[in-house]
Amino acid sequence: MIQLDGVTKRYGDAYAVQDISLTAASEATTLLIGPSGSGKSTLLRLVMGLTSPDAGTVTVAGDRLTPATARALRRRMGYVIQEGGLFPHLTGRANAALMARHLDWSRERIDARIEELTRLVQLDPDRLAQYPTELSGGQRQRVSLMRALMLDPDVLLLDEPLGALDPMIRADLQDDLRDIFRRLGKTVVFVTHDIGEAAFFGDQIVLLREGQIEQRGAMATLLDDPASPFVTDFIQAQRAPLEHLRTEGRE
Amino acid sequence: MPQSASPIARSSIFSALLSIFVVLSLAAAPAQGQATDSTLALGSKKFTENVILGWMGTHLIRAEGLTATHREELGGSRFLWEALRRGDIDAYPEYTGTLRQELLADVDIAPGALADTLARYGIAMTAPLGFNNTYALGMRADQAAALGIESIADLQDHPDLRFGFTNEFMDRSDGWPSLRRAYDLPQSARGLDHDIAYRGLANGEIDVIDLYSTDAKIEQYDLRVLEDNKDHFPAYEALFLYRRDLATRAPAAVTALKRLAGQIPADTMQRLNARSNIDQTDEATVAADFLNQSLGLNATADADTRVERLRRYTADHLVLVGLSLGLAILFGVPLGVVAAKRRFLGPGVLIVVGVIYTIPALALLAMMVPPLGLGRVPAVTALTLYSLLPIVWTTYTGLKDISGPLRESADALGLSAPAKLWRVELPLAGRSILAGIKIAVIINIGAATLGALIGAGGYGQPILTGIRRANLGLILEGTVPAAVLTILALGLLEGLERGLLPRSMQS
Repeated sequence: MIQLDGVTKRYGDAYAVQDISLTAASEATTLLIGPSGSGKSTLLRLVMGLTSPDAGTVTVAGDRLTPATARALRRRMGYVIQEGGLFPHLTGRANAALMARHLDWSRERIDARIEELTRLVQLDPDRLAQYPTELSGGQRQRVSLMRALMLDPDVLLLDEPLGALDPMIRADLQDDLRDIFRRLGKTVVFVTHDIGEAAFFGDQIVLLREGQIEQRGAMATLLDDPASPFVTDFIQAQRAPLEHLRTEGRE
Repeated sequence: MPQSASPIARSSIFSALLSIFVVLSLAAAPAQGQATDSTLALGSKKFTENVILGWMGTHLIRAEGLTATHREELGGSRFLWEALRRGDIDAYPEYTGTLRQELLADVDIAPGALADTLARYGIAMTAPLGFNNTYALGMRADQAAALGIESIADLQDHPDLRFGFTNEFMDRSDGWPSLRRAYDLPQSARGLDHDIAYRGLANGEIDVIDLYSTDAKIEQYDLRVLEDNKDHFPAYEALFLYRRDLATRAPAAVTALKRLAGQIPADTMQRLNARSNIDQTDEATVAADFLNQSLGLNATADADTRVERLRRYTADHLVLVGLSLGLAILFGVPLGVVAAKRRFLGPGVLIVVGVIYTIPALALLAMMVPPLGLGRVPAVTALTLYSLLPIVWTTYTGLKDISGPLRESADALGLSAPAKLWRVELPLAGRSILAGIKIAVIINIGAATLGALIGAGGYGQPILTGIRRANLGLILEGTVPAAVLTILALGLLEGLERGLLPRSMQS
């Protein structure tokens, strides 16, 4: 479980995140969605302790996040970013095993965990010997997910993990990811700007606007009972082009 | 890919080997560079006459049954003076004029009080060897005879004569301007390169040139040295300087050096210089032949074959380059890390390293001599400092160029700062760092040829000799192997890059 309590982050005079309180429940997927600059990535970085709040507290699995505890807490959180953030000098396997090796896991333990994860993310084991540049975008994200899950963290954070993939691969990976999230039962926080993706994954959807929460709840609530015209506009903006086309076609 | 062959494991083995190598060779370096206690060391400057005199001293001391080494062709009077005072060498040939005008220029020395002044520095001198190697004017002997010119004063009556002087002589305080006033000469002069002046003299375009009074070319071109009857030029009488403690440590050596007093008149020195500079006879042989003839010695010069020489130069050069490069990597990479990571110290490191590099290599070497003496230690120190720039800067850029997402991914994993540096950042900067090392190798191999100037040997030695004797063959004996070494070293580094960097990081 992740708890944010009155969290504020400013860059200069601009609020990236302003007085946000939010709970991401265990065994559930929380979707952070909003336009660019709405503060969703900043929120994720605050949870990772990659940046510290100007006010408010972040609690991860019961432990308060501070600069002193950040490093230990990060080992209980898996983090996947757009394009994977895989290290180009390491093979897929070495990327996934990096932290475990640093923590001096035995060879057998590492091998066993890698095998388990390879099956979970449905990656061809042969691909693990390749370097990130030799992998496809989808394979890279699967390896990236393996790396995030290597230490079996309580929490999984994903920052637009599918943003750079082409639609077919994206749809494929979406299915697999939802399956994985359900099987693992972890606290998952997922950042996207795609309303369809949010609806697909989200147990709870949090719509952000200029560093503040505009509305939270299930997708149905956002659709049927929008808190403001902005919510409707945001949802419409992404649905509109396709529907518009369809109407044109019928005419 | 098996984990044991990961780049991290390989690079840590490599750096461990490297540091062992550096420590071992540093430990061995002073033993190589400095003479042991019972061995005496003589020095000489990098011009032929001084090298011949240095060999004479060496042969004479060896004739007394003592062991003596000769560090030939050192970079300048100041190097030898400092080395003598430090005890790196025990004796070297010097000129009274150099002592008064240059080395002790700040000290007021009364006529005849030179020996007393030297004693204050713990140094003694022999009586003059017999010749005065000062500036002089010269003209073709046949022309001088035809015009009846014997002295500088005689030039006054021949205002049509054309003067061509070296640029240095045109500028010196005791050069042309003051000479012209002293003798009230009507002619004007133009500045020329020394070799061109000789050629101009030979084909009659110039009538009078400046020269050194023991110049080897005096005989070759059949020149007359005009007498300086007003004593305008300061005396540069040759003699040996030696450490005063030599009289108690090895009295026989002092006696040996004193045997040369008054033995070498100017025309003899001209002839000996010519044998070496024009006939290309090795200085050690020239010196030995002279001593055997005039002092009844039985000295022999053991001349190396070209292969032996090449082996010695190569060994010396490799030690210089290997050590200084190893040290530069050992210090340069951490300094580059500091430069990239520390907000205030970082820019300071970059600036200091940059400023060091702007010091000309020769000046840097010269700065090393007073504190560190002669030989490998100062040469390696200077080369190390000189090689820092490319390594520090490429380490810095390599680390700075790592993209934000990658940096953040390393943080997000929960790696500590040192682990992040070692497992992620340095490997990612690897190509950049290796590029810096390659540049350092090229700079270093070239700059190491200057090491010969402070007695560190290497490919600079034949280059110095070659320049001195205008012998292209000897110059090539140094430059060609240096070029080959550069190519080999770059090839080696290319191989290392292939071995160390994973295929994803290679070009």
